[in-house]
Amino acid sequence: MTDEPLLRVAALSKFYGSRVGCDNVSFDLWPGEVLAVVGESGSGKTTLLNCLSTRLLPSSGTASYRMRDGQFRELYRMSEAERRFLMRTDWGFVHQNPADGLRMTVSAGANVGERLMAVGDRHYGRIRATAVDWLSRVEIDEDRIDDEPRAFSGGMRQRLQIARNLVTGPRLVFMDEPTGGLDVSVQARLLDLLRGLVTDLGLAAIVVTHDLAVARLLSQRMMVMKDGRVVESGLTDRVLDDPRAPYTQLLVSSILQV
Amino acid sequence: MATPLVVSDVAKSFTMHLRDGIKLPVVAGVSFSIRAGECTVLGGPSGAGKSSILKMLYGNYAVDEGQIIVTHDDGLIDLATASPRTVLAIRRQTIGYVSQFLRTVPRVSALDVVAEPLVERGEDREIARGKARALLAQLNLPEKLWALPPATFSGGEQQRVNIARGFITEHPILLLDEPTASLDARNRDVVIELIAAKKAAGVALLGIFHDHDVREAVADRIIDVTAFAPGKIAA
Repeated sequence: MTDEPLLRVAALSKFYGSRVGCDNVSFDLWPGEVLAVVGESGSGKTTLLNCLSTRLLPSSGTASYRMRDGQFRELYRMSEAERRFLMRTDWGFVHQNPADGLRMTVSAGANVGERLMAVGDRHYGRIRATAVDWLSRVEIDEDRIDDEPRAFSGGMRQRLQIARNLVTGPRLVFMDEPTGGLDVSVQARLLDLLRGLVTDLGLAAIVVTHDLAVARLLSQRMMVMKDGRVVESGLTDRVLDDPRAPYTQLLVSSILQV
Repeated sequence: MATPLVVSDVAKSFTMHLRDGIKLPVVAGVSFSIRAGECTVLGGPSGAGKSSILKMLYGNYAVDEGQIIVTHDDGLIDLATASPRTVLAIRRQTIGYVSQFLRTVPRVSALDVVAEPLVERGEDREIARGKARALLAQLNLPEKLWALPPATFSGGEQQRVNIARGFITEHPILLLDEPTASLDARNRDVVIELIAAKKAAGVALLGIFHDHDVREAVADRIIDVTAFAPGKIAA
């Protein structure tokens, strides 16, 4: 384990005019760590995720990322091209709706292979072999490799999106409600898969979710957001078992028991 | 004798913001230490705060005041104020915990649930599984269950999986929250043997045991938790 974080975020804020998106968020993320950001709709968690992944530029604050050469780079001072390169190689972004993260009209194999080509791989046989390997890791049968994701179920599409993101060996993955909109049985399978992949690959991840059970299963640390601010943060089991902020207590007490 | 865990003047209360902010004091002035090679038992009636103390020592409950000094990584760390990352490192290397109930993960086999803490500490997966098999056999869990996820197991079977998971590592400190609550006599005896082996290996154990026979068999010392009742600190 290294002693330096992968990502350092300091006083990050995003305002939409006079409306607050997220306000004064600071944290460090270490390699191999999964951070859950929870809160209800409108709490600013997706705004925060979009700022961190540079899909949005913040109004103020900084985020620096430790590049593969060990140097920290300030994300919002990079050129557009550098950020896009980072997004294609070292990062992944798993959208809630797979259609936002996949190309629906090219084959499953091409969806995975495309990311490899973006990092310079040109050998067709090798790309196809890697695609087959990744499809099997996300439990998609090899004989579906030439099908378009349009013909896939919701759960399969989400698994394909995960394969597409992980194939380049990213060090940091952003996930926006990765299990939202799926049936519970499909959710359980996906969570289990994600949990295994994150552990095996030693990925760092920031997972936005409104589902506390998802946060409990996937993350070691958690931030609770309300009205754009972080109201409580800490170890996931500590926050869930001994919530201290009034809002966290409300969230935890609202979970339905089965 | 080494005291890898020293608790001094720890207090804990819960503030219920949804109940007009009423404050429920749980314990105050908690001070004790546990010694390597001994099993210390927290005694006292239900509701006295025994589980809360264990949970604070594992970083699962926050601490209002006081210190919890742990010998970790050749240094001393105050767990009460440690960062989440440090608490995770302490859990990985120094403090193990056997909870009362197993929190099951869908689709992971009992064998891998048990082996996981060793794998997390960098042990080879097959070696970890070998140790897991040995422990599950010792705890008389039928072999046909090993490959199945424990979600559908009976209470006693789940608890044995949980015990195996807690005992598989070589943490120098081990916290036990009623590990024998739903076990039959034969398996209670196995747990007593496992605890004796840990003591012999120099582990400092701290546990809650409602079962009188088990407590008699394992306890070197009993700490009466009612002494830490919140009203009593002035005395």
